[in-house]
Amino acid sequence: MSQAPLLEIKHLTTKFSTEQGIVKAVDGVSLHIDPEETVGIVGESGCGKSVTAESILRLFDEKTTEYGGQILFEGRDLLQLSEEEMRKVRGNRISIIFQDPMSSLNPVYTIGDQIMEAIRLHQRTSRRQAREKALELLRLTGISDPERRLRSYPHELSGGMRQRVMIALALSCEPRLLIADEPTTALDVTIQAQILELMNELKEKLQMGIMLITHDLSVVAQMCSRVIVMYLGEVVEEAEVTTLFDRPLHPYTSGLLKSVPQLDGRRKQKLYEISGAVPAMHEVEACCRFAPRCPFATELCRSKAPSLEEAEPGHRVRCWHYKDIQANGGGSDGSGLLVTA
Amino acid sequence: MASLEPIAVSAPPERGRIAWRRYFSNPLLVTGTAIMSVVALLALLAPWITSYDPYSIETLNRLQPPSGEHLFGTDQLGRDVFTRVVYGIRVSLLVGASVTAIAGAIGLLVGLASAYSPVCDHIFMRICDGLYAFPSILLAISIVAIMGPQTGNVILALTIVYIPSIARIVRSAALVVQEKTFIEGLRAQGAGVFRIMGLHMLPNVLSPLIVQASFVFAVSILTEASLSFLGAGIPAPEPSLGNLLLDGKNVIFKAWWMTVFPGVFIILMILGLNLLGDGLRDFLDPGAGSNKRFAKRKNAVRRRRRRSD
Repeated sequence: MSQAPLLEIKHLTTKFSTEQGIVKAVDGVSLHIDPEETVGIVGESGCGKSVTAESILRLFDEKTTEYGGQILFEGRDLLQLSEEEMRKVRGNRISIIFQDPMSSLNPVYTIGDQIMEAIRLHQRTSRRQAREKALELLRLTGISDPERRLRSYPHELSGGMRQRVMIALALSCEPRLLIADEPTTALDVTIQAQILELMNELKEKLQMGIMLITHDLSVVAQMCSRVIVMYLGEVVEEAEVTTLFDRPLHPYTSGLLKSVPQLDGRRKQKLYEISGAVPAMHEVEACCRFAPRCPFATELCRSKAPSLEEAEPGHRVRCWHYKDIQANGGGSDGSGLLVTA
Repeated sequence: MASLEPIAVSAPPERGRIAWRRYFSNPLLVTGTAIMSVVALLALLAPWITSYDPYSIETLNRLQPPSGEHLFGTDQLGRDVFTRVVYGIRVSLLVGASVTAIAGAIGLLVGLASAYSPVCDHIFMRICDGLYAFPSILLAISIVAIMGPQTGNVILALTIVYIPSIARIVRSAALVVQEKTFIEGLRAQGAGVFRIMGLHMLPNVLSPLIVQASFVFAVSILTEASLSFLGAGIPAPEPSLGNLLLDGKNVIFKAWWMTVFPGVFIILMILGLNLLGDGLRDFLDPGAGSNKRFAKRKNAVRRRRRRSD
């Protein structure tokens, strides 16, 4: 880690003003992504993963959203840029792939037109050059019959093909950072494997960093070198991927790991479930946010919020009791199951 | 992976061909376009179709019934009713087309702006609510009454009356499109507001707009005829279908042809435009059409099952 990180987020907070009051969707998130590194962000629905990602590109309506903290990218704080400057970053230096490939493409234009538009938004090229580039991008994504795809409309393609097109779109200006927001959730398992493989390949070819948002731990194991676990707008644990799977420190992380179904034949074993539901964002009080659902919660957890501590080099955790829990083996009984991932 | 022999697949037909086939499999659309083309041809070729002048008065030939010489008979002043009907269609189509074009363009802009900006939305939609609160004819009459009965003012009045119906349709379609991921994706690609609105939202709201426009075309013809019939529309000597009905009203028991023929053509035009609008809706939104077909098939299956039970 001698080189400067590609992206460094410091104490990012994203607040939305809604009719029910102000909602802190992201609360003091700090993380970094090194060049050519894939970092996974996992957590339940509503934990602020996607909001963090979209905050990086400032995609929310600025009138109802308030950002705090810093997002340092290529030496600049993205939160300080003007809208004009921000537009030059979006799609050019940082790209994003969304979850839903079905509505991610405009139904009235051909694939070729849409990729060419993305290229010409940031580069001064002729239509012909842009077309060449689009064809090359489609080839890169391994789509079959790329020449014909250029002239296809989105409804003529399958979900997997559309996600390949989305990748081609995202890579059109060779970004330094690719944010993939659950890129494979809407796809079936075989296509998912192909798309992930493709992303890995392209990462090496184009030397970009990837921020992979997912709730699928097997995807994380396959793709990432580092993982960040989020819960209710906060980072609760951060570690190298093997460390996290072997020795999860936060009770939430070990709960997540235990709730992954195993395929090794032990039937009749009930799948672990983290009790309770994610509380609504504006109900959060000054305590450990996971305390209401945590089997190890004590009075301390319910009265004072823990901070993110460095448990070992590169392994940070936000829990008062991580040492005791680990000593009692509370978190480790699920971890051995995932070494093969 | 083992190499697989490519299977011979017949080349899919071209998009243009598919469109033609879909056009002809849509009877509403075909009938609608046929009726409207005939009516439009009559209007365009009016001076060549009839040798009479719609204004020339021949007092000797007053109230002649339909004959070979005067196809639709003559009116109280001896003017040829057929000629006046054909020229009246011209006026109707002119009014309808102008209202549709102007109200369509303004409604599109207003609708898109309202979908994009909540401030615009509040302002424009409250104005639309206000306009909607009046019965359309009443509103049109008062506008024409203030500005004076002239063709231009009739067009202006009807435009004001029908902008809200277009703006609302565009707004609701745009709101749906706006929620689609590709709009957010475009922002993430660094596209600006105007590019997103003009190049990406607009084409996606066009099909509901076109359908609504065809209905606005029909109702504005109807409203213009009503206005003229009430004497608040196209000023008197100029032939408009409403004026012809008004002239015919006084002699309806003596000269039926003076009311029947203009009336038939009003009905024809409204029918044609409505068929056209319905047909276009099915044509432009393939989902709706196939759903209907699917539902029909499902019902048939259900019926058969019930019978066999």
